[in-house]
Amino acid sequence: MTSSHSNILCRWQTDDLLCWLLRGLAAIAGLVVVVIVGFLIAEALPVLSLIGLGRFFTDPSWHPAEGFYNLTPMLWGTLFAMAGSVLIATPLGILSAVFCHHYAPPAVARSYRRLIELLAGIPSVVYGFWGLVVLVPLIGDIHPPGPSLLAGILILTIMILPTITLMADASLANVPQHYLRGAAALGLPRWATIRGVVFPAAKSGLFTGVILETGRAIGETMAILMVCGNVVQTPSSLFDPIRTLTANIALEMAYALGDHRAALFVSGLVLMAMIVGLAIAAEWISRGRIYG
Amino acid sequence: MAETLNPRQDLREWLAFVLVWGAAAVVTAVFCWLLGDIVWNGLSRLSWTFLTAPPESAGRRGGIGPILVSTFLILGVCLSVSLPIGVGTAVLLAEFTSDQSLFGRMTRRSLDVLAGVPSIVFGLFGNAFFCKTLGLGFSILSGGLTLACMVLPILIRSTEEGFRAVPANYRLSAAALGLSRSTTLIHLLLPAAVPGLLVGLVLGIGRAIAETAALIFTSGYVDRMPESLLDSGRALSIHIFDLSMNVSGGDANAYASALVLVIMLLLINGTAAWLADRGLHRRIVTV
Repeated sequence: MTSSHSNILCRWQTDDLLCWLLRGLAAIAGLVVVVIVGFLIAEALPVLSLIGLGRFFTDPSWHPAEGFYNLTPMLWGTLFAMAGSVLIATPLGILSAVFCHHYAPPAVARSYRRLIELLAGIPSVVYGFWGLVVLVPLIGDIHPPGPSLLAGILILTIMILPTITLMADASLANVPQHYLRGAAALGLPRWATIRGVVFPAAKSGLFTGVILETGRAIGETMAILMVCGNVVQTPSSLFDPIRTLTANIALEMAYALGDHRAALFVSGLVLMAMIVGLAIAAEWISRGRIYG
Repeated sequence: MAETLNPRQDLREWLAFVLVWGAAAVVTAVFCWLLGDIVWNGLSRLSWTFLTAPPESAGRRGGIGPILVSTFLILGVCLSVSLPIGVGTAVLLAEFTSDQSLFGRMTRRSLDVLAGVPSIVFGLFGNAFFCKTLGLGFSILSGGLTLACMVLPILIRSTEEGFRAVPANYRLSAAALGLSRSTTLIHLLLPAAVPGLLVGLVLGIGRAIAETAALIFTSGYVDRMPESLLDSGRALSIHIFDLSMNVSGGDANAYASALVLVIMLLLINGTAAWLADRGLHRRIVTV
């Protein structure tokens, strides 16, 4: 569409009015994210100007009541849970999409896709609850205590699996048909076609899917909070309880005051920085620099 | 074809076949386990009285009546704010700005970032802005407004798709008839874009109902029947969280509440899929 001021048809006053009204509404929608970042910074500023950013990584421990604000154990918790779940969910999700497109009969593929969509619609608190009553006792039988990094990774895997599957599914569907016909004409077997033709052609979509699922894994709060045990420590094994940045905010916001509260807003800012970093990476991929 | 493959290739093909079917089987099994567990344990408690009765002894006994009311009130506030803003923005992005204009690009980029913001950060923001700065306190109003910020990107994206799916000759014929752009929008484009709008609406409702983290510090924990929008009200998802984490012996009711929530979401997602399907079929028939 042409924009309204260069449009010779835009002679009506109501049109101008409507246009400005819509611009106002869009400005509100566009400003939400700015206001969010602004408020996070404003609320975090007292403690940032008091002790500086460095002490959030060099303090001996996280004891806000005594003035120690070390975020690193929680940062490690977030990173470990994210890395583990992305490592499991990515192959599972991409294989699921391949299953839908190249292996399953059409009827099975359709119902499998519907199942993944249902999985995407289940709320995180339900996943967390299921993890708490089913998964955590199971892990506790193998290696006590039960609430652990492993439980977090498994629950996160199930939660982010639909994101990568649906994304990979869409990008596999975009692979031009004549690529597949060409591969068939060359007599390539199924997996060789997928590995040598389909994956390279769908690369950018697959990477975007990985980035989206990483974002979900970092931001997830409730499910992780319910199954991870929430002990502030850098985990040394899969069976150690951990606390993530998001869970820390959810747990302590209820009673945090003063500098403690401000410190939680700092961890909110750290989360925002991670998400913006991922958005920039996604932009970079969609511009096509990953091809080649 | 198989006889032209060397044994190593043959093995690789066979391995891939097993892996792909194995992945699908594992995902299906986990899904059935999860859903089966919730339905099996939740169904026995589910009844009309459970849906209408107030909770007793911190939710161990009794029902979820007031909690359902709070959930729907939060949802109502969320939609009545996000719907006008969302549809307005979508119309602007799809019909009134070019893809290259700075304003359009900036809005789109900022919405992309907004879509990725973790829900707990929305909670922090809602607590600082709506509860503290605007002085709304822990209330249904704060919770609904926080959720409104959260569902905006979903709402805008689907509505915009709906508008973009309207054939260009609608706009051209309207312009040829000398209709103003407002008339075209209200009488022609809006009705034609309704399927996309409805899909966005339903997906937004789904996201809002499923949300927990953004609501803990904005709408609060109180499980009484809310008397006004400024009362604190407990959403269904928070109820499940509270029963399973903070109330010992609350698992049975948590199961039943989880079942209610899952059924609501399955209905909502089913509606979205159905609407999207129907919209696609109807679009082909241009009058």
